[in-house]
This record gives sequence, C-alpha cells and structure tokens, in this order.
Amino acid sequence: MRTVPHDLLTALRAMLVFTVLCGILVPLVVFGVGQAAFSANANGQLVHYRGHLVGSNLIGQNFADPVLRHGRPVLAAGVPETTPDPRFFQTRPSGTTPADNDAATTFANYGPNSTITLQAIRANIAAYIALNGRYVPGGLTAAKVPVDAADTSASGVDPDISPANAALQAYRVAAVDHLPLARVRALIAANTGARGLGILGEPTVNVLELNLAIDRMIK
Amino acid sequence: MTVDGWLTIVLFIVVLTALAVPLGGYMAAVYSDERTWLDPLLGGPERLIYRALGVDRERGQDWKSYAKSLIIFSLVGWLLLYLILRTQTVWGFSGLNPEGFHSMPANVAFNTTSSFLTNTNWQYYGGETTLSYFSQMVGLAVENFVSAAVGISVAVALIRGIAGRSGRSLGNFYVDVTRTLLYVFIPLALIVAILLLSQGVIDNFRAYVSFKGITGVSQTIAMGPVALQEAIKLLGTNGGGFFNTNSAHPFENPTAFSNFVEMLAVLVIPAGLVFTYGKMVGSRRQGLSIYSAMMMMFLGAVVVVYIAEAHGSPAQHAAGLHTAYVNGAGGNLEGKEQRFGIASSALFNVVTTVTSCGAVNSALESFTGLGGAIPFADLSVSEVIFGGVGTGLYSILLYVLLAVFIGGLMVGRTPEYIGKKIEAREIKLVVIGLLVTPLAALVSTALAVSSRAGRVSIDTAVTGHGPQGFSETFYAYLSQANNNGSAFAGYSGLVQPRAGNLGAHGIGLADYLGGFTMLAARYIPILFVLAIAGSLAAKRVAPTGLGTMRTDNGTFVVLLIGVITVVGALTFFPALLLGPVVQGLTGHLYP
Repeated sequence: MRTVPHDLLTALRAMLVFTVLCGILVPLVVFGVGQAAFSANANGQLVHYRGHLVGSNLIGQNFADPVLRHGRPVLAAGVPETTPDPRFFQTRPSGTTPADNDAATTFANYGPNSTITLQAIRANIAAYIALNGRYVPGGLTAAKVPVDAADTSASGVDPDISPANAALQAYRVAAVDHLPLARVRALIAANTGARGLGILGEPTVNVLELNLAIDRMIK
Repeated sequence: MTVDGWLTIVLFIVVLTALAVPLGGYMAAVYSDERTWLDPLLGGPERLIYRALGVDRERGQDWKSYAKSLIIFSLVGWLLLYLILRTQTVWGFSGLNPEGFHSMPANVAFNTTSSFLTNTNWQYYGGETTLSYFSQMVGLAVENFVSAAVGISVAVALIRGIAGRSGRSLGNFYVDVTRTLLYVFIPLALIVAILLLSQGVIDNFRAYVSFKGITGVSQTIAMGPVALQEAIKLLGTNGGGFFNTNSAHPFENPTAFSNFVEMLAVLVIPAGLVFTYGKMVGSRRQGLSIYSAMMMMFLGAVVVVYIAEAHGSPAQHAAGLHTAYVNGAGGNLEGKEQRFGIASSALFNVVTTVTSCGAVNSALESFTGLGGAIPFADLSVSEVIFGGVGTGLYSILLYVLLAVFIGGLMVGRTPEYIGKKIEAREIKLVVIGLLVTPLAALVSTALAVSSRAGRVSIDTAVTGHGPQGFSETFYAYLSQANNNGSAFAGYSGLVQPRAGNLGAHGIGLADYLGGFTMLAARYIPILFVLAIAGSLAAKRVAPTGLGTMRTDNGTFVVLLIGVITVVGALTFFPALLLGPVVQGLTGHLYP
C-alpha cells in the first residue's frame, strides 16, 4: 500500500488538474459559445428604449412613482416610498425587498397555514382592488382577483403576469391613458407568450414589453 | 388542474425514460473500460491526465485502498475550497470580483465548503450578494463536477462488487472520477448549457447593471457566468443556485422549456445509472425492476403534490381568493413563478427532492401542508427514488440487499443476490449504513430545537409559527443529512441582524451543526458501501437454483417498495406528525 504523503500529492495534483479543466477551460468554452451564438441572451436580454437602458426582459421591475409630501420624497426605512403608476401594467407582488437598493433576490417564504400569509394576501388583494376596482365593469371582489396578483412570486422578480391579470388591468390602463380598450387588448395579445411546446408552464404576459408598447402610444 | 399540466407530467416521464436507456448503456461502456464513440476525441486528454496524476489505470484497488483515495481526495478538495472562499478578496486581481465582495466568514465558509463537498449545496448565503464570479466558477462549480463524480465512483465500485466474478479489485478511484468527468459530465454539461443559453440563461463577466426604468424607479440586476454552473448544478444533482432564489430566478431558468430541460438534467443520470447497473451485472431485468420501483414511487409523489397545489392553501381560502384555474392563473401560486404555473412547479419540486439535487424553482416553504409533506417523504426514504448521481443507486442497492434478506427470511430461502450469498456480515453493514443518515437528521434536529439559537427560527421568525416552525427546522437537518440542499427557506437557525437570508452573517449554530451533519451523513455511509462492495467482490458466485428467490419480477418490486416505505415510516413518523402532518390535516392558521 502506498504512503499517505504520496496519496496527498496525487489528490492535490488531481484537484489542480480538475480545477483547470472544470473551473477554467470548460467555462471559457461556454462563455465563448454564449457570446458568439446567443449574445443577447448571454448578456441578460437588456432592453434599450429611446437611447436609455430601461430594464431586462427577464427581470420584473416596479412601475411606480415616488410618494411626495410637500414636494419631497417620503422615506420608509431609508428607501423612497413608491406608489404604483396607474398608467402602466403592474408586476406581481414580490418578497424581494425594495427592488431599487441592490440586486438581491429572495423568497417571501410565506407559509400556507400562517396568519402572516393571510395578512399579506389580504393586503395585496386590497391594493389590487384599490388600483383597478373602479375601472372594472361590475367592480372587483377578492374572488375575482387572479391568484398571481395576490400571491408573491418565487424569485421576487417575476417578469410576467397571467393573461387573466392583464385583462383586468387593461380597463384601468385604457381609462387612465385614454386609449381604446380594444387597442390595449391587442397589445396584450401581442405580448402574450404561449406555453412551451404547447403544453409546458402557463401563458405569460411580459410586463416590461407591454408597458414599453403602451409608453410608445401615450408619449 | 389542467389537461396541459397532466400532459407535462406524462411527457416528462416518456422523454426521461427514452433518454435514460441509451445513456445507461453508454455509461456501462464507460465504466467497463470499453470503447465509446467519444474515445477518438477524449482518449488523448484522458491519458494526459493519468500521466499528470501519476495514476496507473491498470492498477485496481481493493475496498480499503479505494476508500483511502476517496477520503484523502475529498479532504484536499475541502481544504482548497475553504481556502478560496476565505480568501475571496485576494483573487480580485483576476477581475472576477467586480462587486468587491468580502471573503466569507469562517462559520459560513465551513458550512458552504462541507455543503459543496458532500454534493449537498445547502446555502446559508445569497449567491449574488456574497460570492465573486471567481469563487462561483473556480471554487463551487468545480466541486459541483467533482463531488458528483465521487458519488458515481462509489456506485460503480458497488456494482463491480456485486458483478465481480473474481478477486478483490473494485476498480481505480482516480480512473473512475476522471472518466466520469471526461466522458459523462463535461459532454452533457456542454449540451445542457447551450440549450439553456438558447432559452435566455446568462453567461458573462460583467459588473452588475444599474439603471432607471421608464417611471424613474432605479434597479440593479446581478450578472455572472451562469450557464455552465447551472448545467452542472442540475446534472450533478448538486442544486446550489448561482442566485439566491435558485432556479426560480429568470436568469437561471427563463422559460417553461428551460424548466423542462432542467428537470430532465436532474434525473437523466440517476435514472440512466439504473440501466447501467442492469447491463453491468449482466441482467437488464434486475435494472428494470429497480427502475419500476423508483418510477412508481416517483409518480405517486408527483400526483399528490400536483393535486394539493392546484387546490390552493388555507391562507388563500381565508382571504377569499378563488383558486380554481382561470385563464393562466389558479391554485397555490404563492412562491411560484407565472411562467411555470402549478404543474411545472410541482413536478420540479418532486424531481429535486427525490434526488439529492435540492435546486428549487418555487419556494418550498409556501407549498401547502400536503404538497410540502411529499418532500419530507422523499427525504425520509433516504433519496432512493432515483436519488443523487451515484448515491441514489448505492442507497437503493442497500435496500435491495435488505429486501433480499427479509424476503429470504419470510419464505425460508437462502438470501442471495445475483449469485452472491448475503450473510450476517453484509446485513450488519447494510443496516448500519442505512441508519446513519436518519440518525444524523434526527439527532441534529433534536439539538437544534433544544438550543437557543436553533429555537430563534421557531419562536420569532416571520414565517414559521407553530408546526411550520418545526417543519422548517426538521426539514433543514433532514435535507442536509440527505445531502439534498433544498430548504424551507424561512429557517435561519441563527441570530441574524437582518431579516431574510440576504448576505451571509449571523451566529453559526446552524452553520456548524449543519456542516457536521452533512459530512457525517455523506462519508460514513460511503465507507460502509465500499466495505459491502469489498465483501461481495470476494465472494464466489453460486449457480442459480430452485432455492433462489427471484429479484427481477413484480413480487420483488412490491417487496422492495414495502421495505423502503416501512423503514422510512418507522424512522420518521413521530417527527413528521409534529410538522407537516399536522399542517396537512388542518385549515387552522397559526399563531
């Protein structure tokens, strides 16, 4: 049997060889393929609009305005407080704490049997009804609020909403932006992604793409 | 529930089986040292590596020598990774720490290193707020490859022990690891990485991007070399996310199709290895009977989780939400992504907890009581439903040996498996090997709930009052003992100055206890498995006779499932009652 120092040396050599192979060479190959063949994807599908970087197609963001009091922004725990901008479609509730202070994503971790979850869902429903209720024909009740508008997403940066959610928000966006409802609905249809292979996942409405299309019409 | 949801599940099982059969045959060739179609390309580099390592590929090792190489290799890997994480700032010169992150504190680095060495990938840190690109790529991702290869090497050694017709050799450890990396992981990782890139997974070395959106709200987006790490994280059933929210993050898992690819990547090697096994022991039916047992338990789990999640949670119903499916929305969407919906989240959840993967595309903490109880059950049977790469196969083979023994006692026949007599020595080793993991999980949970730092998570956490608080704690140690790494992420187990698991700081009972749990539950069973392999390898093959109990028919499949269920249930039922079972049976809200 060989000695332990000899085995240690073999192990060290092996780790170095495998590190160069799996930690440097192969990653560089993948990096090269990504930049050459899928460069938009590899760099995060960043979206430029009127000469400015305004987001990523894959990362949800807040379409909100700062809350002003006496002309100054109101701070909540050091972060400017915001209110949803009624001109635009709104993304799903998020457990990722203020989206504008760093790049951290986190689960909300609301348990199924928790009163805290109940309060959070109630608050989300109330906010959704307050924002959209008066524009929806017949009004909104909790039972009519789509679950994706009441439940927080997993990543906290879900870029999509359900078609059901978009259809309800369409009434408000059309009214506030003075656009024909049919035009808004056409834009939703144009920005709705089908299920993968026809059956995988759920249909999605990409909120950033949709809002940029709205913005082009109103400005 | 939707028709599309059920079709997703059916399609997944069909595609998985269609891929696993040929992959299993290919891997049998790789581990029997036969020529494969990649030989012309990889033969040269392979010989070069053996020369660099000073390894003689013809020299077989007995079980003790094999185990010694494995332990020393893992020790060196542990030290190297720990060093990288502790000196993160030093490597900034490479330009791969654009955010200027500090080095990891000792407690978190201990936990993280143990976690990646043991193929667990439990994460007490948030990737995008803690780790440089260098640490992710050169540190963690390398162990994703290597620790998974170590797991496969143990399974292959056990197969050789069972199939062995002469002598004591179980093969050569370094040859097995090298061939696993070159012929299995790297080619598959390249294919998966490119598929993921095509869907929108990122791969760059840019600094984080900041900007103002169209309404003037500022936002920062984390970047990084994700595609390859994502691929190997799944293929190696590692599960450690590049980002904190793992495969829920759109940069790790951008579409429902990428989600499908990721689920396949998790299961294809563990499923393939079962067919490798059948081929290497010279009886495809033996492999097929194990595959059937695994698939039946898998299907049961998927159906339960899908139905439970589609039904919605007590909190949703109390808030007056209507959870039936309407136009793209429905069910318990709390902690789930819109693009995946219920079916793809439920399926991913089962895929990741039956294996030792632990990647998540939705928040386990937010699954319903019943939907969340299935991951518990998956872990309670020690991850033998496909299981981790290598670990799943060697763990279920322990159960097979146990079932053969029990079956033999029941019908009064000599216990023997594929021509090898199973005697007292093997059964002792099997039983101890099987009990180490549950023991580690239960003892750690008991320590955690009886210490102050461990109780913080139950008493004061935002998420987990009442039975949910216990579920979180229990799941944390069950997951780490099984080297899974998924979490009811509300569990902190440490006194943390900030809420959530942003960054990595705090007082580390959970770090150290978890780290030791992972190390013990990985390496102790490996030693027993190798000892069993050595013991079986030395046995003479007895001809199959009338007295032999068949292990390749339906009766044996039922017996095997029974043994697995009974052992798991007896061990964990009391603890499960206190957490998920209570939650599943009540509509009550806590506190």
